[in-house]
Amino acid sequence: MLSWLPENISTYGAEIDSYFYLIYYITLVAFYLVAATMVIFMIKYRRRDGVPAKYHHGHTGLEITWTALTAVTLLTLAFMGKPLWTKIKQDMPPYEIQVQVTGKQFNWEILYPGPDGEFGTQDDLELENMLHVPVDKVVRVVLTSKDVIHSFFVPVLRLKQDTLPGRKIDAWFEATKPGRYEMPCAEMCGFGHSGMLGYLIVHTHEDYEAWVQKNWPESKMASKIEHGSES
Amino acid sequence: MAESAVAIDAHEVQAHEEPGFVSTYIFSTDHKMIAKQFLFFGLFMMIIGGSLAMMVRWQLGYPEQPLPVVGVSQEFLETDEPQTAMDRMWQEWDEEGTENWLVENMPYGVMTAAFYNMLFTMHATLMIFFVIMPILVGCFGNYLIPLMIGARDMAFPMLNMLSFWVGAVSGIVMLAGFFVSGGHAATGWTAYAPLSSDPMWTGVDWGQNLWCMSIIILAFSSMMGAINYITTVINMRAPGMTFMRMPLVIWSLLIVAILLLLALPVLTSALALLLFDRMAGTSFFSPAGGGDPLLWQHLFWFFGHPEVYVLIVPAMGMVSDILSVFSRKPVFGYHAMVYAMLSIAFLGWIVWGHHMFMSGMNPALGMAFMLSTMVIAVPSAIKTFNWLGTLWGGSIHYTTPMLNALAFVAMFVIGGLSGIHMAITPVDIFIHDTYYIVAHIHYVVFGGSIFGMFAGLYYWFPKMFGRVMNEPLGKVHFWLTFLFYNCTFIPMHLLGVAGHMRRIYNPMQYEFLQHLQPMNEFITVSSFCLGAAQLLLVFNFCWSLYRGKKAGRNPWQANTLEWAAPSPPPHGNWGDTLPTVYRGPYEYSSPEVTEDWLPQDKQLAPATADA
Repeated sequence: MLSWLPENISTYGAEIDSYFYLIYYITLVAFYLVAATMVIFMIKYRRRDGVPAKYHHGHTGLEITWTALTAVTLLTLAFMGKPLWTKIKQDMPPYEIQVQVTGKQFNWEILYPGPDGEFGTQDDLELENMLHVPVDKVVRVVLTSKDVIHSFFVPVLRLKQDTLPGRKIDAWFEATKPGRYEMPCAEMCGFGHSGMLGYLIVHTHEDYEAWVQKNWPESKMASKIEHGSES
Repeated sequence: MAESAVAIDAHEVQAHEEPGFVSTYIFSTDHKMIAKQFLFFGLFMMIIGGSLAMMVRWQLGYPEQPLPVVGVSQEFLETDEPQTAMDRMWQEWDEEGTENWLVENMPYGVMTAAFYNMLFTMHATLMIFFVIMPILVGCFGNYLIPLMIGARDMAFPMLNMLSFWVGAVSGIVMLAGFFVSGGHAATGWTAYAPLSSDPMWTGVDWGQNLWCMSIIILAFSSMMGAINYITTVINMRAPGMTFMRMPLVIWSLLIVAILLLLALPVLTSALALLLFDRMAGTSFFSPAGGGDPLLWQHLFWFFGHPEVYVLIVPAMGMVSDILSVFSRKPVFGYHAMVYAMLSIAFLGWIVWGHHMFMSGMNPALGMAFMLSTMVIAVPSAIKTFNWLGTLWGGSIHYTTPMLNALAFVAMFVIGGLSGIHMAITPVDIFIHDTYYIVAHIHYVVFGGSIFGMFAGLYYWFPKMFGRVMNEPLGKVHFWLTFLFYNCTFIPMHLLGVAGHMRRIYNPMQYEFLQHLQPMNEFITVSSFCLGAAQLLLVFNFCWSLYRGKKAGRNPWQANTLEWAAPSPPPHGNWGDTLPTVYRGPYEYSSPEVTEDWLPQDKQLAPATADA
């Protein structure tokens, strides 16, 4: 089943996938055990003339055993998941690139801080739906929204985070392979939700430098002209 | 106006103590009639809800192609030459500039994205609030509680009647939303704010308002029911019917009533706040005015997760009973089953955050909710093992109710296990808001609740209507449903793994989803077959009402009290004397008697041996 997963190009994506595989196989075994037991019982204990059912009310030892086994398995799985969750959602590694992604009906606004490295200054660069990043660099993404809730979803990065109006939420990723990837919205955001789609362009280092040289505003004057009165 | 006139009539009839047509069939206070009213109400809504689902599937399988029947033909689209009556109709409307409901929502029979959003929103809303709740809780709760605990009626018959009619009003308000300008609610059944809290984001105005009002009204109906159920179970059990002699279905309904009683006020207040935001200019959920969109999600899911258990626990109870009856064997671990349901009722309050792992809630909370969710999976596992234990050593009769009950167990296991995937927070990052979730909820709520509901319907139909449903037809219905159900929902897991988002109008807009289109088409065809298979149930139901084999009191040779009453039971259920209960509900194949069943109310004592 998991061969249907899209390609993974993020540093933590492989860990998510292998955890998915682990749970998938554990639950698959559990399902086969239950289903096989059920089918065997259904065949073996079908009604036959002269064979009465057992008069049996249960077994406390068995109850305790399967309760304990299930609880231990599930809690182990939960605790095993904690480090990965913390790594992806809580512990932001040192980043080299940062970008603000703002959801709005029905586009992603991509904002680069520009040469001064600060958002909200005049040398910011704003793009629509195109997120350019270099390969093998940690990118910090500041997520927010202008109107309703959207969800920033990059399937190949195994990254998903809702964007909320009035809040800024940090996410991060490190892409491992150059290319052009889709970046849809995953939370219903209105009649144009379907088709709300951006692109993640992962460049090699040289390409990224070239892209920055070509596109980023060099001075405050330049940025003023480029953006006009847009905020 | 017409309704209030009828109400006055009913009042007068009741005042004269003459059980006329109106007080018997319309404003009845008899729990059995109210149960049947809930049943027909739910089945009617199920036809609408199912049709909406199939329209959703049409759009996903054949994106932006004209709907069958109402749409234009393919030839017309290609050649512009009208071929069918529908082609001519659309052409005429186009030339005249006609504006009507169809033109607005599906020009030329191609549904718009806004209409599609309305479809899946209303499919879920109707199925959850107007099909599963009325049938599993409203119908079976009302029907079974007094009969199975040995009472003559519910504790508050008038409140019971009100509960149904308030529910009916809520249904009318909900259906009215389809016809208001701007269309019905289109924000998903979860109605996430701020999308839902300001009409400017969706263009839906009164649709969403009516949606909120309808559910508030429905909550009143459920509250009346819940109070009634709890009071009846606690106070009106027959002599000898101790708590630990109650059938598991009664336990499940008692627990559900408690969940509803505590959860619904949260939803009602959240909906009231949402209505204030929409209509009175407040901003509880809008950050622009100092509110918080996450507040809505916390309130909604604090209600929503207990609600999920409201949908599944009654089915668990019914299936426990049915498995025991048709295995001719006591339920394995009765006490463990009761404690498992009780622990679900407690733990159900502390797991709501698992719907919100990606919401922007503090990720540190994710760990806490992951743990509580893992813990609540344990009682469900206990129940599954006990169902298997019940089958072990049995003498299994493969009747239609039994087949549906067995399907319930198997499908619920799949739904439960896929739930673990999304409860594990790192894995949820990828599968959240994908078709994996859609597959999961349908394994629990269709594979679980609906198969449980079918099992209960086939099993208690003889008691309700005095006739047995046709068995061969029931089995054909079961096997077709089982087959097409799995053809519909198993592939959705694969779509989810491939990253297919839920609630999108056209998957072909995404390059990474285009290779999945054959699977989407397969699901659509399966879902249409699944819908068509339900015609067998409708036919069987209607035919058996009049032509079915007479049932007698106890066609399944079951132990519980309802089978001691005539089929259908008269007003007051028990004639002159209430039954007395001597033992638990599941004494099948007991060595004390030669038959393989031993009814709860049968007295076994040397003194009465020759009586």
